[in-house]
Order: sequence, then structure tokens, then C-alpha cells
Amino acid sequence: MSQANQKQAEHRLPSPVANPENKAFLEAAQKDELLLKHCNSCKESHYYPRTICPHCGSDDTTWIKSAGVGEIYSYTVMRRGVEVPFAMAYVKLQEGISMLTHLTNCDFDSIRVGQKVRVVFQETQDGQKTHLFEPV
Amino acid sequence: MSFAANKYDACIAGIYEHPLRVAPDHTVAQLHAEVAQGALQDAGLTLDDVDGYFCAGDAPGMGPVSMVDYLGLKKLRYLDSTDTGGSSYLTHVNHAARAIAAGQCKVALITLAGRPKSEGSSGTQVRSQWASAPDFAFEKPYSPAPLNTYAMCAMRHMYEFGTTSEQLAWIKVAASHHAQHNPNAALKDVLTVDDVLNSPMIADPLHRADCCVVTDSGGALVVVHPDIAKSLKKPVVTMMGAGETTKGQMGGKVDLTYSGLAWAAPLAFKEAKLTPEQIRYASIYDSFTITVLIQLEDLGFCKKGEGGKFVEGGQLISGKGKLAFNTDGGGLCNNHPANRGGMTKVIEAVRQLRGEAHPAVQVPNLEFALASGIGGALGTRHGASVLIMGRLQ
Repeated sequence: MSQANQKQAEHRLPSPVANPENKAFLEAAQKDELLLKHCNSCKESHYYPRTICPHCGSDDTTWIKSAGVGEIYSYTVMRRGVEVPFAMAYVKLQEGISMLTHLTNCDFDSIRVGQKVRVVFQETQDGQKTHLFEPV
Repeated sequence: MSFAANKYDACIAGIYEHPLRVAPDHTVAQLHAEVAQGALQDAGLTLDDVDGYFCAGDAPGMGPVSMVDYLGLKKLRYLDSTDTGGSSYLTHVNHAARAIAAGQCKVALITLAGRPKSEGSSGTQVRSQWASAPDFAFEKPYSPAPLNTYAMCAMRHMYEFGTTSEQLAWIKVAASHHAQHNPNAALKDVLTVDDVLNSPMIADPLHRADCCVVTDSGGALVVVHPDIAKSLKKPVVTMMGAGETTKGQMGGKVDLTYSGLAWAAPLAFKEAKLTPEQIRYASIYDSFTITVLIQLEDLGFCKKGEGGKFVEGGQLISGKGKLAFNTDGGGLCNNHPANRGGMTKVIEAVRQLRGEAHPAVQVPNLEFALASGIGGALGTRHGASVLIMGRLQ
């Protein structure tokens, strides 16, 4: 395990910002569930979640539970200018949409685009849980 | 309304770039005023001639409400505070030109200034102005900053197209070749590809030398009606075409390999009735080396995925390569005032069209120039704007 990865465990995540549109999303994360928004009109899911579907404009959207698996679309390891290095990524979910996240439980030097990952939940600075991904 | 129907509908008559790169003893409003005075003087006009004013989020206080009062502008008929980050000022030129063509004002002043260097800003920090973005509610735990979000674009471009760190480095090398001739440039050392690759890795795959400079400074532009331009002493630079848009994460259908210029550039070229092959000088927004590479593809200078091959071997060095870019040293080496590089992109394009660039980097007999801007963050959400200008014969 690299030095960068040792330090990653010490990285303290800022907490998400609560608002009326992400209340269900944040509450689900406390129960280790990843929610997405799905549109009943165009049958597509979207991220970030919002009331009105960004693909077709319908307000007939519902929360669905994501399988929480996907692959790394792109990533970077932030090595300088921050207290503790961290690995940021876009993960493309099995449901076909990508989300911004961090990668954890991995050697930062061995991360690869296309790598299979699954969701895990980690506490932020004030004890709320939020989603991260780890290699399968 | 199209300017291409009559190339003489609006002209850039005044430019000014503040010479300071560190300005701890200035206020932001004072810097705005100094660049306003400089650009108006360059045009042979005064604050009393201004009847249109444009500024963006770098302006202190309540944007134009504060700055118009500070500057003492008394004849205003037209205001615009469109804010698309660093691309704002290209968009302002577009809006000013169309307002002039529509008869809504005759002398438009556009200003930018800021003090990020003195205030300790860095590309590794999360930008406070992103905090109220609806998507940021979902992103805050992950600390998206300019550097890491652009780095993910570079990583994906390398994965899909085989682009290399060496190819990205050639962009910085070319900028440094130009900056050596600019006495005001923040970085004047000529770099090699190895110098770039040996600089510390900040956010994989971007090295420190892949990044632009952080500078205090500012710049201003004066866009005027052709009747006024004809009476001034400077060579007349005309607006020929423009395009602007924004791009985000498209509901999760993220594709980091292209920018909003993929839509905006064809609009500008169509309006200008030109093709990329006719452009010999381009000011390409250069917050990071990857920003330049992706825009070169989206602007049509090469095919998607072939930006790496396009830039290697010094092809962006004026007098040597096939496309001269950022002959002032650009944001990568000269100046990226207020963390917003669009203003200086337009200024150097106008210098080139006037024949006022440094002789070592001046493109001879230049007829057309392009300036492009990416504002915000390429990897999450950004504004994209492009201008095509011409020299009136």
C-alpha cells in the first residue's frame, strides 16, 4: 500500500449540502443506499438528481435504488495543494449515468480508467455518510 | 443579427492589459478603473464617451451597479453582466457588437480585474462561487477544484485517444517560447518538454507546468460603432463571427473529451464565412495545457482525438509551427488575471491583427484571428465562447 493510500484514510470529507431536492438522497446514504432519479416519461435515469428530468423536461420523476456498481470513467489523484491526497473520479454506473465521487480502499498508483468498482459509504466531517467507490 | 452581412458593424478600437502581475496595494475597483482608462486612451476616447458597460463576476460589489458609479459613467444606455467565468469577456464582445449593430449603444467598455495572487487563491482550492450551484450539493464531499476537474479531462483524453504527457507539455513549451519576449510575463523562462514533465505532479496527469499562472491584474476592451472607429488612429479590427454556449454534465451523460466549443465554433465560422484553415493566429484559452488541446479539436484545427499530434514538435510556436497561439505567453506563462483568462485572449488577438505584437512573435500580414474561452471548469460545468475577428484592409 502506497504512502498516498495510507494517508487517504485520514482524509476528512466535507459534508454534503442539504436542500429540499436531495433530502431523500442524503437520508438513503445514511442507510448505505445509493439513490438515482428515474424519469417515468422518457425511461432514462439522471444524475445529479432533480425534480424535472434533464433529458426530456418531464416532472414525472421517481427515486430508484442504484445497484451501486460501475466502472471508472475518469479519475485523478490530487497530490499537492491539499492536506491529504485523495482520488477523485467520475464513475459510470451500470444504470448508464456517471457521478462525481472519490475512490477508496485502493492503491492510488494502480487506479485505471475502466476499472470495475462498487459503492461504499463513508462518514464525512460531521458524521453524515456519503458515497465513495472501491475496486471490486 | 449577423455581423458577417456587414463586416463593419462593430469594431474593437481599444485594448489594455494591466502591466502588474502582483498588486497588493490596489483595490479591485481601482484595477478596473485603471484598465478602463488604459483601453479608452488606446482608442483615443474618454469615460465620457462610454454609453455601454460590461463586466462579470470579478467586478466588486453589485457588478455594473457598483462599477458604473465608481467609474463615474454618466451616459449609459446599455448594460450587461453576463458571467460565464473566464469566457465572459469574449461573450461581452459578442453582445457589445450586436448591441452596437442594433443601435443600442456606440461605445462599449468591457473591464476585468482581480487580485487572486495577493489573496492567496490557487487552482487546487474549491471555488467559493460554485457553492450555490445545484449540482454542488452533490459534489461538495469530493472537493472539486479547477485542477482536479481539468485533470480528469486529461486522463480521459489520454485513455480514449492515446494523448501523452509529452504532447501536452509541447503546449506549455510553445507558450514559454512566446513569453520570453514579453517583459510583463509572470514566467519568462523558455521550457523544454522535460522541464514540464519534471515539474511536480499536482493532479494526475497534470504537472505544475501544465497549469496557468495565478496573477493579480486586469484588462479592458472598447468596442465601438464603425463611424467612431473610422475617426480613430488605430488599425480597425472588425467583428466577423461569434458563438457561445455552456456545457455541464448532461444529466449524468458525462463526456469529458470535448468542450462547448464543439457547438459554438461552427456557429462562429459560419457567421464569419471562414474555415479553420484560414486562421493563422489563435488565442486559445489556456487555464491548463489540456484546455488548449481539447479546444484545438473542437475549433476544427484538427480532428477529435488528434490534438496531441497537432501540437507536438512546436507546431504552436509563432514563426515555426502551423498555427501561432498565445503569442503574449498566454495564461500559461504571461497573465491569467482574476483566474479569468478570456480578456487577455482577445487583447493579444487584437495586437496581432493590428501588427502590434512583439516582432519576434508577430504573424506577418495577418487578416483574421480567433479567440476562444472556457469559463468555470471543463470537467464539470463551463461556459464556452469564441470570436473571429478581422483586420479591415
